Amino acid sequence: MSAEVGTLVAENATVAGKKPEFVAEPVGRSVSAALTSRVGRVIVFMLVVLWTIPTFGTLVSSFRPEEAVKTTGWWTFFRHPQFTLSNYQRVLSSNPGDDNIGHYFLNSVRITVPATILSVGIALFAAYAFSWMRFKGRDWLFVVVVSLLMVPLQMALVPLLRLFTGGAHIGSITIFPDLGLANSIPAVWIAHICFGLPFCIFILTNFVQSLPKEVIEAARVDGAGHLTVFVRIIIPLSVPAIASLCIFQFMYIWNDYLVGEVFGGAGENVPVVAKLAEVSGTRGQSWHLLTASGMVAMVVPICVFFALQRYFVRGLLAGAVKG
Amino acid sequence: MGDLLTTVVVVVVGVGGLLAVLGGLYWLTKLLPGKWTERGRVVVFLFPALFLMLAGLVVPAFRTIYTSFLDDNGRKFIGFGNYTEIFRTPGTRLTVINSLTWVLLGTSITVLVGLTIARFADGMRSEKAAKSLIFIPGAISLVGAGIIWKFVYASPPSEVGLLNALHKAFGGNGEKNWLIDRNLGPFTPPANAPGFNTFLLIIIFIWASTGFATVLFSAAMKGVPDSLVEAARVDGATRRQAFYKVTLPYIRATIITVATTTTIAGLKAFDIVAATTGGNFGTSTIANEFFRVYFVQARDGFGSALAVLIFILVVPVVVMNRRAQARAEEMMGG
Repeated sequence: MSAEVGTLVAENATVAGKKPEFVAEPVGRSVSAALTSRVGRVIVFMLVVLWTIPTFGTLVSSFRPEEAVKTTGWWTFFRHPQFTLSNYQRVLSSNPGDDNIGHYFLNSVRITVPATILSVGIALFAAYAFSWMRFKGRDWLFVVVVSLLMVPLQMALVPLLRLFTGGAHIGSITIFPDLGLANSIPAVWIAHICFGLPFCIFILTNFVQSLPKEVIEAARVDGAGHLTVFVRIIIPLSVPAIASLCIFQFMYIWNDYLVGEVFGGAGENVPVVAKLAEVSGTRGQSWHLLTASGMVAMVVPICVFFALQRYFVRGLLAGAVKG
Repeated sequence: MGDLLTTVVVVVVGVGGLLAVLGGLYWLTKLLPGKWTERGRVVVFLFPALFLMLAGLVVPAFRTIYTSFLDDNGRKFIGFGNYTEIFRTPGTRLTVINSLTWVLLGTSITVLVGLTIARFADGMRSEKAAKSLIFIPGAISLVGAGIIWKFVYASPPSEVGLLNALHKAFGGNGEKNWLIDRNLGPFTPPANAPGFNTFLLIIIFIWASTGFATVLFSAAMKGVPDSLVEAARVDGATRRQAFYKVTLPYIRATIITVATTTTIAGLKAFDIVAATTGGNFGTSTIANEFFRVYFVQARDGFGSALAVLIFILVVPVVVMNRRAQARAEEMMGG
């Protein structure tokens, strides 16, 4: 995209009669330029290798037999290739004694999909209200929401957990009932939604606000209510922003450890990442299982990233450039 | 499989139910008199979000601030006692120092490496592939990153660690306990300074954050108008000079953003520590200590004070970010 713009600019410059000599370089300089770019290429290549090796080693190890993983480094694989799927069979099976990652993998799906949809959905409603509904204190309220971005979730973690385990009471008066959500998957959803909303609202409001005023006002003049405008105009026009934010939220929630561990109750309801941390602590030397479990937990975000890279990067840019 | 089916049903019913309730309420606002219809609709659109943020974020945050002034049973008011304890206990003080080291080293190196890759990969034939490979560590969880590197740092009795293999190849004995030992060779840091093992954890953080930085820097560099760089080159600037004098100042706002985001992530560093050392061997950070104090030792007051401390450290970073952004915008405008 920007490369296209770049060529366009360059073309226009030549059309406008700028002398082409400007672009040509003295010989000495172009030699030094070639040299820098060669040095640059080497630096990039080295960094890429450095960045890739740890993951690559884990990947290779996950396919090696238990005995080999535990006794020799993964690089010996290339001299004595031994290939097996048994590590994956073990972490995905539910035989007692094996660390069954499969169940927790499904937990992650159960946690991530609804939490993503709900947080983005609820935020979209709010973004519409902040952008296109008129009410007293709107700007002030939006500033409050944005400043909530600063609150680290550690500050809200425990009181929210207590709300789930016992409700809230002042003396003997119950102001919030005990919903019996403690250590359940819905508790993890709600926590993720609460903690993610300020970010989602911020991103979506920025986008929804920038939609063409004429279209929305024309619809309103024609008698369309807020709900009609929201469903017929806002949602279809916001698809790119919604897609980017969904991917961002999906990756964030899938990769989260703290919220899943605390609200899932450190038991059967935790996401795969939390289980992985537990296995790392209790079976730290079972490298054949750890590497395979790690790969299972990683495969989803990596696939999402590669399949939807463009949207994801766009989301990152939208989220970070002003944030 | 039945498990999965119930999940799907719960999700569909849950999301559908929420929409049905909101739609119903919206329809009911028609019955309200006059301008209350419009007000009622504002409430329908805003209420779910505001309620969740109030109940799940605002009230809990104030509660944590309140609890941070109470003793560990949450009964007696002890003023700033918990806060002074953070700095008076050597172990906890070290976690604060460690966290600041994470922020300073982690952020500066992430920005540096990110800029380097974005600069030199720009226009390379395999630019996309290079950037994707750099980004992968950022796409996986920090726990996963911790495990991958724990494997690299693996120490005796197992002989599978890459770092120890290199140690041996370069003349060492290849038996160093990387994550346990605080020393590097003959140099042992003093007890109140971060150990070398903390630096190894920070490397994991850098590894995981660089992809994000690279993507943002790269996008920003592509936004620098070619005409600006060309003009500098015409005036006799070398490529290097053009980079430092034109490109870098131009993408200043993005650099500030990345530095801010990485700093905040560094202050919240928990997953990496928990998945590798568990905070042992002098590697704990504030966020890890918060988790341990609250959930293992069940010390409400002290844990709350640690959470508030993270907040206290985040706020000036955000304020500085705002100021620097404003200045950057002014510069670009003028």
